Amino acid sequence: MDQIILQILNGLDKGSAYALIALGLTLIFGTLGVVNFAHGALFMLGAFCAITFSRILSLSKVVVDETQKDFLGNPLKVDVPYIYDWFGESAGQVLINWSVPLAILFAIPVMIIIGVVMERGLIKHFYKRPHADQILVTFGLAIVLQEIIKYYFGANQIPNPAPEAFIGSFDFGAAIGLKAGTIIYPYWRIVYFCFAMLLIGSVFAFLQFTTFGMVVRAGMADRETVELLGINIDKRFTIMFGVAAAVAGLAGVMYTPINPPNYHMGMDFLVISFVVVVVGGMGSLPGAVAAGLLLGILESFASMRQVIEALPGINQVVIYLAAIVILLTRPRGLMGRKGVMEE
Amino acid sequence: MMLGLNRKDASLLLIVAILVALAPIFLNPFPEQSGLAQFNAGYPDLMQRFVIFGIFAIGFNILFGLTGYLSFGHAAFLGAGSYAGVWMLKLLTINVIPAIIISTAVAGIFALIIGFISLRRSGIYFSILTLAFAQMSFALAASVLTPITGGETGLQTALDDPRILDGTNTTGNIPAPSIFGLQMGDSFQISVGGWLWTFNVGYYLSAIVMLSAFYLAIRIFRSPFGIMLRAIKSNQQRLNYTGLNTKPYMLACFVISGMYAGLAGGLMVSMDPLAGAERMQWTASGEVVLMTILGGVGTLIGPVLGAGLIKYFENIFSKINDNLLHKWFAFMPDGVEDFIVSIIYPFVGKGWHLTLGLIFMAVIIFLPGGLVELGQKVASIFKKKGSTPSNNPNTEPAE
Repeated sequence: MDQIILQILNGLDKGSAYALIALGLTLIFGTLGVVNFAHGALFMLGAFCAITFSRILSLSKVVVDETQKDFLGNPLKVDVPYIYDWFGESAGQVLINWSVPLAILFAIPVMIIIGVVMERGLIKHFYKRPHADQILVTFGLAIVLQEIIKYYFGANQIPNPAPEAFIGSFDFGAAIGLKAGTIIYPYWRIVYFCFAMLLIGSVFAFLQFTTFGMVVRAGMADRETVELLGINIDKRFTIMFGVAAAVAGLAGVMYTPINPPNYHMGMDFLVISFVVVVVGGMGSLPGAVAAGLLLGILESFASMRQVIEALPGINQVVIYLAAIVILLTRPRGLMGRKGVMEE
Repeated sequence: MMLGLNRKDASLLLIVAILVALAPIFLNPFPEQSGLAQFNAGYPDLMQRFVIFGIFAIGFNILFGLTGYLSFGHAAFLGAGSYAGVWMLKLLTINVIPAIIISTAVAGIFALIIGFISLRRSGIYFSILTLAFAQMSFALAASVLTPITGGETGLQTALDDPRILDGTNTTGNIPAPSIFGLQMGDSFQISVGGWLWTFNVGYYLSAIVMLSAFYLAIRIFRSPFGIMLRAIKSNQQRLNYTGLNTKPYMLACFVISGMYAGLAGGLMVSMDPLAGAERMQWTASGEVVLMTILGGVGTLIGPVLGAGLIKYFENIFSKINDNLLHKWFAFMPDGVEDFIVSIIYPFVGKGWHLTLGLIFMAVIIFLPGGLVELGQKVASIFKKKGSTPSNNPNTEPAE
């Protein structure tokens, strides 16, 4: 019992990262009809927004501190972040400590701008081209973005710790009445899962309950009619591309404490996210979320010791296996709409 | 006319054959001692890679160029072929011919299985299915199948391999792959003036195989089978409506394409008997896509050009470092020199992928026909101003 709960919990945090990326991919596909292979790169850019933000916060000047001496007895030179001067030392420390959640505020505008520029500058010209061309040009873009990040940040993983308040683990077993110490779960992963759910919820709420969202949904269902009604649907779709980029970016920002980012993290996630989108059904937003969580949990179940002993190697391939089975038995994916991507 | 080819195809084949035969000479345009010698590509290792990846790309182009089905898992066949090849070298004989044949056959069987399942879907679903199969093969090869594949370290020949036909020897060096006594690494060097030309056994074996593969590809492109595949690309539904089952054609095409990849894998291990799991990773599949697109999808010669260009970049361009750049621009005033070097530096050396990505994007955006289209455009400018590019059947994209 405790094993099962533990695996479900383990699957949820990875699954929610899959779900967030897949949600953005589906959003782009559903609105603009573009297969975006650069979406993993957007996830990666988000993670590096967090890194950049924490570096900006800790920009410092060197101050000679008379109270501290080094081993020769000279006054010690210490780095004092500029932020201490502006907000006072204690507030500055808090800000630096909380850099990951605060990076969200920084990442949202940056990612929306990146998304809009990408759509207007590149993707726009590919609406009328075949899907293969779209895949290829975004694949090229992903390589370029990766290499730029690699040039500026190097090829190594860059650690970016979570706020101190969330370091450590939560004894989930004790909380639900099982034996203490059986289900231990890091706090930050709980935060990540809650954050992902909140983000997914707000995207759905935005689409469901605002006029803007209503128009976008109408455009996804029947673009021509919406245009005939005199609505500039292109502009709204561009904004949705920005939103999708921001969702991927935020997923990346919050993922940095779980796994230190490096330049190719996006590609690693992208392959699986595509599988997730296809399993969920091209163009279905709930499908993408459900499939993301489902495959995340499936993956963590497959990495249980007993399962690996019974079926060696299953943890490596279970996602792809599931994708193959689902695609062959349910051609449209779990919740795919009729008529989407059916040549 | 010649070998069942029309005049244009025959002359294309002849030109390619001459270029391939003389490659050791014209790929070394700079004298050995000159500063530009590092741009020489005429050394055996790199030339072997040119033709082997050329075969891989020709095979990929038969699938993607003719039918428009974008496979993102072609590296799996290359990997399967490589493993089969190494096993032949280990178990049967160090002669490379059985290894190459078995590699091709194993990749063909592998492609038959994967193709049978993947081809039930088309479009992006097909791409994802092939990607999923390739990633599965990669993950399994790197972990569970270690007894067969050597896992992370890779599979290689050893001194105490059985080698049934050769007889085991347990003394001396590990035997190198050879063909009837000629080792793949054997070379014959000519020095003329400052130039040094290396004629390598492995290269010429690969080149002969590549030319036969190229010839076969021309025949496939011109055959009724090839026309059927183009018809599938332009309108599969309509073919189905005429009561024609396209499945067997697609599957045959997929298997042929997979066998080309296996052949390339077999040659690769014949040159260097080491097969690793990373050869199957999806980035390797992405590379062959890049090669084909860069050269020109659906054209005969395009994939070979693309393969050559990318391998040249990978091996030569990536060696330019900042010291060298400073040396080249040393004639400029210091400030200007530093400025220019700092601009160029991100694009060369370790950053060559960036240049590759940018070129690739530019090709997709402006030149969907790849280098071949560029060549046609340039040629048409020179031929006659204002005239439309000639519809040369050799190089027309299969659109």
